[in-house]
Amino acid sequence: MAGLVKTQQGSKVKKSLGDRIIDVIIYIVLGLVALSTVLPFLYVLAGSFATDKELTEKAFFIIPEVWSLNAYKYAINTANILRGLKNSVILTMAGTICCMVFSLTFAYPLSKKHFRGRNFVLNMVIFTMLFGGGMIPCYLVYNAYGLYDTYWALILPALISPFNMIIIKNFFQELPQELEDAAYIDGCSDLKTFTRIMLPLSKPVIASISLFYGVGFWNDYFSSMIYLNSPEKYPIQIQLRSIILLTSQISEVAMDYYDMNGAPPDKAVKMACTVIATVPILCVYPFVQKYFTKGVMVGAVKG
Amino acid sequence: MLGKKKKNVVTLSDGRTITLHRMSTWQYMKQHKWLYIMLLPGLLYFILFKYVPMGGLVIAFKDYSPFRGIWGSEWVGFGQFKKFFDTPDFFRLLRNTLGISLLQLVLYFPAPIILSLFLNEVRHSGYKRLVQTLVYVPHFVSWVIVASLTYQLFNVTDGVMNVIYKAITGETFDILSKSSTFWGLIVGQDIWREAGYGTIIYLAALAGVDQEMYEAARVDGAGRWRLMWHITLPAIKGTIIMMLILRVGGLLNTGYEQIFLMRNDLNIEMADVFDTYIYTRGIQNGQYSFSSAAGMFKSIVGLILVLGSNKIAKMAGESGIY
Repeated sequence: MAGLVKTQQGSKVKKSLGDRIIDVIIYIVLGLVALSTVLPFLYVLAGSFATDKELTEKAFFIIPEVWSLNAYKYAINTANILRGLKNSVILTMAGTICCMVFSLTFAYPLSKKHFRGRNFVLNMVIFTMLFGGGMIPCYLVYNAYGLYDTYWALILPALISPFNMIIIKNFFQELPQELEDAAYIDGCSDLKTFTRIMLPLSKPVIASISLFYGVGFWNDYFSSMIYLNSPEKYPIQIQLRSIILLTSQISEVAMDYYDMNGAPPDKAVKMACTVIATVPILCVYPFVQKYFTKGVMVGAVKG
Repeated sequence: MLGKKKKNVVTLSDGRTITLHRMSTWQYMKQHKWLYIMLLPGLLYFILFKYVPMGGLVIAFKDYSPFRGIWGSEWVGFGQFKKFFDTPDFFRLLRNTLGISLLQLVLYFPAPIILSLFLNEVRHSGYKRLVQTLVYVPHFVSWVIVASLTYQLFNVTDGVMNVIYKAITGETFDILSKSSTFWGLIVGQDIWREAGYGTIIYLAALAGVDQEMYEAARVDGAGRWRLMWHITLPAIKGTIIMMLILRVGGLLNTGYEQIFLMRNDLNIEMADVFDTYIYTRGIQNGQYSFSSAAGMFKSIVGLILVLGSNKIAKMAGESGIY
């Protein structure tokens, strides 16, 4: 008994010196890790508002001395960036809505243990996670469907991610069975139970899975590169790549800008474009963050 | 006991018996017609966009020509596969793919585990949440942005890291256009982007650990390391093994986007992997059958690796994933 009291005091009130040193080290290491993830963003954000002079003179800064919007003016005046942004917004919204409709309606029947054919369909879905046609057969087949150079080539092949679908299915399964039973006794059809009872209760999973799908569409680069041919359809990621990584192009475009505003804010423009392409995702993130950890946790439970 | 008939006899409290019949499938489908209607679009999706392309793999055994179509093209058996294994590229691709994957396994795979062990030690919940919120962020930005940030930080002419490094040592270092640093560059990007997000699944497993176990062990005189070794690690062992199976299964999947974005003429010798090769040979050069064979080889090896590692995990007494 005496020993218990002692250790309780020991664990709550006092820690040994060695323990406290380890604590401090852990806090510092985690702080450094967190800093290393945000510093690149902060630097680019600061640089996008800075003058070119400051960017060449100082190696690193978080708050620019002289604020300038030149980089953004340039980025916005370049039609490609705005057009890419518009395309990405359209693609992301349309794609996410389609994906959610297909995934939710597909997951609901599969969430019912009594559903006949459930195992067959689930195995069929899981098999696609293990094996697939691969890039080239997909490319030929989707083109044969007439999807080439349309946004459908980006949306339709991504309609249901098996992983996301299973997260939704598990979420449905964990909702109290009594609700559905009560709805059934009151004469609700399966469809009505789904739309009136299940969907309103599924806000957390809808929020997190929408985020997953939305981020996927917003960030997509490779499919757009393969399937889109007309430059007026290019999303922001493709524009961003051509501005930053294929540096030869920027100097050509920049030539037009030289005469209008004096020196071209070359480096700052790249940074401004990076910011423009990043900010939309980061704006959504805080609102959905509380949901998605939950969503991922539910999905992590095998089902 | 009830025989093989699908019949269920229930005895009521007053001694009468009633027989419950299993509904016939037709009746069931009629009663739950909405469930089947809801299932239909998704089912069509899987058939049209997943299973039809699998059927399209037949072109790996043909000499596909766009004019004659998939079915009209000539059969060549395993000719395309043989051609693929015989190219000098094959060995280079295998080396790069496995090199990057194994480096990921050694350096990137443990990163989220270590990070979550650290986070698990933090008692101050506000600080913990702050760190978590920040380290999840990179997962949500695209590879294009990760690549852009990398260029802006590390390029030789005006990248921050190089400017700072030059101020200190008077020299520059170039990791973007050298073969020798390419693998490290890729794995470094992976760690930066995914290590934080990867902790979610481990922290979820740790959230299920009863805090009283720690208390009890402390009463018994266990120090920090013993708590970690005997409580925390066993709690996430199942998750670690599950993630390991997935990683081993994806050993040949190095991903297209990241490598495609970071690769250039100067580092291509160490940068070309199966995925990028299939893209350049297939979509850029139009050698559809040849690159389908390469893709099929990759898919089948991947399938064997997943099933194999899953089996090994099960034999070792773990639950596996399938």
